[in-house]
Amino acid sequence: MNDIKQQGNRLGIIGWLTGGRWGFERYMYSLHRITGLGILSYFLLHIFVTSSRLFGARTWELVMGAVANPVFKLGEFAVFAAFAFHMLNGLRLILIEFGFAVGKAEEPVYPYRSSVNTQRPLSVIVIILAAVIVCVGGYRFFFMH
Amino acid sequence: MNGLSKWTWHMMAGLGLVAFLSIHMITMHLDLILGWFNPAGGESLDWANVTARGKQAIMPFFYVAFLGLALYHGLYGLRTIIFELGIPKRMARLTTILILIAGIGLFGLGSFAAFHFASVAASTGAIQ
Ligand code: HEM
Repeated sequence: MNDIKQQGNRLGIIGWLTGGRWGFERYMYSLHRITGLGILSYFLLHIFVTSSRLFGARTWELVMGAVANPVFKLGEFAVFAAFAFHMLNGLRLILIEFGFAVGKAEEPVYPYRSSVNTQRPLSVIVIILAAVIVCVGGYRFFFMH
Repeated sequence: MNGLSKWTWHMMAGLGLVAFLSIHMITMHLDLILGWFNPAGGESLDWANVTARGKQAIMPFFYVAFLGLALYHGLYGLRTIIFELGIPKRMARLTTILILIAGIGLFGLGSFAAFHFASVAASTGAIQ
């Protein structure tokens, strides 16, 4: 039994970041789920908060005052960032799930080619666009009054 | 509606939300950069802007469509995640019923708020 060779962690931190053979689309899946649930939680609360306008200007100012603190501001920014990622990644998923942007179907001849390589540029575009939107939003959130 | 059409509607709602949510985020969070949909100028949540938007005839329809799409898409997504836990059939049915009740209740509350607010804003000019 002791002839089994110990495998070192060959991928190291890079493997941790890229999920080994999974690639970062796997992490985009996790992030899509987390952002979806995050936006949903915020949204359910949001319906109650914004419905408070029914009670007039005073109640509105009161409720807005209650949520005008740094913790809520940071939370709101997190929701904004979640929106940017979830929307763009959602568009990517819709394209892929309906069969676009996955490359042409071809005969499976060895060595097989992974369609992930065809999809990767779209993932990179999503990350870059989301980062741009988050930066513009972040500037408004934290540097403009 | 079978499972596949429910999922297809989930996707379509996602597409619709791209337009609605983008307009919403631009209105609310890029107010001082673009100023769109903020007729009174300044911050989007100033009462003057809230009532000015409220007086526009299209707004309650915008809100209700937006609310319906977001509730359907978000709650269907939540249901998918719960189902993926592999719960028994009876629990799955119960989950669907509870989510449906929550969705209809929140849709009712939000729609009432949007239309009631619009009618008061239109008749009084502003709500004091
Ligand atoms: C901005 C436009 C949006 C787009 C384009 C979009 C798109 C998508 C797509 C494509 C999926 C994956 C479905 C699948 O693969 O089966 C998804 C899942 C989900 N979305 Fe959205 N979405 C958007 C907005 C929202 C909003 C506003 C909410 C919350 C109210 C939300 C909550 C969720 C949830 C909870 C899931 C389930 C996540 C999962 O199954 O891992 N999404 N969305």
